[in-house]
Amino acid sequence: MKIAVLSGKGGTGKTLVSVNLASVAKESIYIDCDVEAPNGHLFFKPKNFVSESISIKIPILDEKLCSGCRKCVDFCKFNALAYIINKLIVFDDVCHSCGGCILFCPEKALSEKEKFIGKVYCGISENVTVITGILDTGESSGVPIIKKCINDFPAGREFTFIDCPPGSACIVMESIKDADYCILVAEPTLFGVHNLNMVYELVRLFNKPHSVVLNKCLEEENPAEKFCREKEIKILGKIPFDNELGTLNSNALISVRENPKYWDMFTAMLQIVAKEVEHETVTNT
Amino acid sequence: MKIVIPVDDNSIDSSVCQSFGRTPYFLIYDTESKNSVFLDNSAVASQGGAGIKAAQIIVDSKVSALLTPQCGENAAEVLKAANIKLYKTINACIKDNIDALNDGKLSLLEDIHPGFHGHGGN
Repeated sequence: MKIAVLSGKGGTGKTLVSVNLASVAKESIYIDCDVEAPNGHLFFKPKNFVSESISIKIPILDEKLCSGCRKCVDFCKFNALAYIINKLIVFDDVCHSCGGCILFCPEKALSEKEKFIGKVYCGISENVTVITGILDTGESSGVPIIKKCINDFPAGREFTFIDCPPGSACIVMESIKDADYCILVAEPTLFGVHNLNMVYELVRLFNKPHSVVLNKCLEEENPAEKFCREKEIKILGKIPFDNELGTLNSNALISVRENPKYWDMFTAMLQIVAKEVEHETVTNT
Repeated sequence: MKIVIPVDDNSIDSSVCQSFGRTPYFLIYDTESKNSVFLDNSAVASQGGAGIKAAQIIVDSKVSALLTPQCGENAAEVLKAANIKLYKTINACIKDNIDALNDGKLSLLEDIHPGFHGHGGN
């Protein structure tokens, strides 16, 4: 079962939640889809961390064959092509690699070339297979890397945790698309509620079963918890604003491997998720 | 000389639009004949690359100069390839900017921004 962990902003605790849930599972896969700033591997310190380069296909022009008909320019919904003074200009960064311009060119003046945009790493940390995508600096879209990360992991494991990028844009949609369940991580502030609402709307749009982990909980009133009660969203668990947990985390240690009380806390969450997903599977068939 | 200005409405009394790529209209103005023509900007609702498409429209209308408050790097690359000069507007008033250009008081637009690409802006 695939479980995506997401939040409307960075720093709410997506990595904390997904790394620790993956660690309490008997056997699991952890996929870091935050390809612009992956950090899950810093906790796992995986062994045999091997990489594979990821490329996309972008059009390349044979100027001699171009008749200037502009069919490619007119076709491209992303405006990655312009025809200026008898010369076609291709904007690599704007191209979404759909290949349409190549299909439509009546002169066969356009062909595909490979462009490397990043890497996918894979390694092992005890019970967890760690997969990390990383986008090269300056590249505009991590979607092809996320696709590779999610589609290429070894099948047959019980739990796969997808540590999503922050926000609710295309890269997050790509990350949760095939998930069986979504965990939304929220901070106990008004700003946290705004960000929670963004991802809440997204998972509802995608019709994904979901619940919320309230992170950094204090004794005082929690606006994110209030939001969940109002919207009748299931609260999966509450993580205290706790000095010990913060220290472990900032030292890049996996809390559940260091202290049994955190093991118990995350195990309880995982059990609820497992039950919820099974329930979903039953009710969907 | 034919020049172009991104404008908020199809009237000479309208104002200069803050966005180049996603302006609703372009004013094509002939500084000799003083003729005005308004063009719809078909790039306004683009999913992406609005600046590139808008620049393509400008190039196709065979103008010599663009007067704009700002311009992104992709659009600037297209305009540069077509040898179109970029001038920075001084205020939102269309006539003030045309007068300033005629008097040689407009400076070239140097600060090309890296584009918004879905991260805010207009």
